[in-house]
Amino acid sequence: MLRLELYKIFKRPRTYISFAIVTAIAMVIQLAMLADGKNFISFALQAVTEQFDIQGNILNGYLVAYIILQSLLVQIPLLIALVAGDVLAGEAGMGTLRLLLTKPQSRTKIVLVKFVASLCYALMLITWLAVVALGLSVLIFGEGDLINLKSDSFVVLLKHDIPWRYVAAFGFAALAMATVASLALLLSSFADNAIGPIMGTMGVIVVLMIFSTLELPIFAVIKKYLFTTHMIGWKGFFDDPVPYAAILRSATVLLAYTVAFVSITIFWFNRKDIKS
Amino acid sequence: MEQQPIIEARNLSKSFGNFAAVQDVSFSIYQGDVYGFLGQNGAGKSTTMRMLLGLIFPDNGSVYIKGIHFNNNSRHLLKHVGAVIERPDLYKYLSGWDNLRMFAKLSGGKITNERLNEVLDVVGLKGREQDKVKGYSQGMKQRLGIAIAMVHNPDLLILDEPTNGLDPQGIYEMRLLIQRLSKDFGKTILISSHLLYEIEQMATRMIIIHKGKKVVEGDVKTLMAPAENLMQVRLQNNNAISAIRSSEWGDLLTYHEGDTYTFKMPQTDMPVLNEWLVSAGLGVLEIKSTHSLESYFLSLTNNEHAKAGAV
Repeated sequence: MLRLELYKIFKRPRTYISFAIVTAIAMVIQLAMLADGKNFISFALQAVTEQFDIQGNILNGYLVAYIILQSLLVQIPLLIALVAGDVLAGEAGMGTLRLLLTKPQSRTKIVLVKFVASLCYALMLITWLAVVALGLSVLIFGEGDLINLKSDSFVVLLKHDIPWRYVAAFGFAALAMATVASLALLLSSFADNAIGPIMGTMGVIVVLMIFSTLELPIFAVIKKYLFTTHMIGWKGFFDDPVPYAAILRSATVLLAYTVAFVSITIFWFNRKDIKS
Repeated sequence: MEQQPIIEARNLSKSFGNFAAVQDVSFSIYQGDVYGFLGQNGAGKSTTMRMLLGLIFPDNGSVYIKGIHFNNNSRHLLKHVGAVIERPDLYKYLSGWDNLRMFAKLSGGKITNERLNEVLDVVGLKGREQDKVKGYSQGMKQRLGIAIAMVHNPDLLILDEPTNGLDPQGIYEMRLLIQRLSKDFGKTILISSHLLYEIEQMATRMIIIHKGKKVVEGDVKTLMAPAENLMQVRLQNNNAISAIRSSEWGDLLTYHEGDTYTFKMPQTDMPVLNEWLVSAGLGVLEIKSTHSLESYFLSLTNNEHAKAGAV
């Protein structure tokens, strides 16, 4: 059943829009870095170079990949929503859900298969992101130590110490995308056309992300409970030392949200009248 | 021993908000039946069919498939049923073959390519199976829908308004296909339609529902018998209705639309009725005995209006 679900997803032209968008954004940033990267780096490191002597290949593939990942923070979840928000509501809109549910398959199984299929899509998108953002950047700009600038400090990671961090970061990102996919699936179970859940997921993520990033005392209390706050946990792998406790806490929160969203979807879908 | 129904609806009821879509509807379908499900648009046919398939959950009542209570925990029973509900909506971006193969895999049991070819042949889509469904006509989609419904060789086919949206040629071909499924392949079929003459031609048993309630159920030939007692009269006089109602014929009037009045009465009384209409100066344009199920259906479903004086 999962194979059939994946077949449906990857037979649709719209599925590949996400891959095209990720490729385009990554390549635009890479081209911009090729054209004007040195000026950008010297501007960004202005404060650092006043006190430290920095030498070597600073504008390297690892740095460019890191910049790309930061700028895709909002876009990737939206691209996941494009497919995961469609899996139930899109079928309801097309009328195929009606036909699907006349077959001897349990509704719980249908929800789980659709979630796993969305997850596979998310994993493939993350893998593709790794290929174009990291692989291509290293190919173009070469390897080197990564300077991670933070608001009040900076971290230098030696080049041999970086690859595992990217593997871990992409793994964490996959978990975050599972949460996004489960939210989109939940909203998808409420609707009878795909636009609502896709826009709804995007709306929820954008609004919660604003709450997560705004440094206002009023949001401080709720911040730690928002899944969007924990979605950027992957950045922890580029700290030294790596804050494993915080990363684990974030991963746990994301996992809890994912389980909750999928459980509610199953509960709701098992009671839903199919009128479309 | 009494034969067990393939599917049985017991006291099904369903409301959407304050609207009672189906109220206390019961019926049974047995092996070999071509069971007609009649009702006007909005009468509750699709809602009932959806309850039979577990698409909509009834507020009250139960469905039994082969004697076993069917609910969300016994969806495996759907392997005995194949269905096309309303439109046969399919994956338009996939080929007919891909659609058929996908749904076949979900239908339970191992279904070979040979079987897929066989059902494509039955519904007359052989040679077009590799075309994308988005290029199919409505009739082809309906036929592919039926192929998907019957691919796992179910005991019962549920076809909800299968001729909807088809041109006259398509309707004719669909009727032939359904007759063939019943006669040549021995399929038990539940078919709904608001095109009454179709049911008249195809069904062996039928149920009529109106405003969510069962009006009548039984053998088509038996139910058709009362239709022979329906007299249809066309009158010139625009005020004929008040004259008829105030006369002894008022109680026999079952239906009225425009200048046409339908009376339920023995054919032998026709000369007496004609004599009275002429003497009352109502201008008789035409008088005839009707034999159609449509008249019977209208007489049943409009009876309450007639009695309430709404004709």
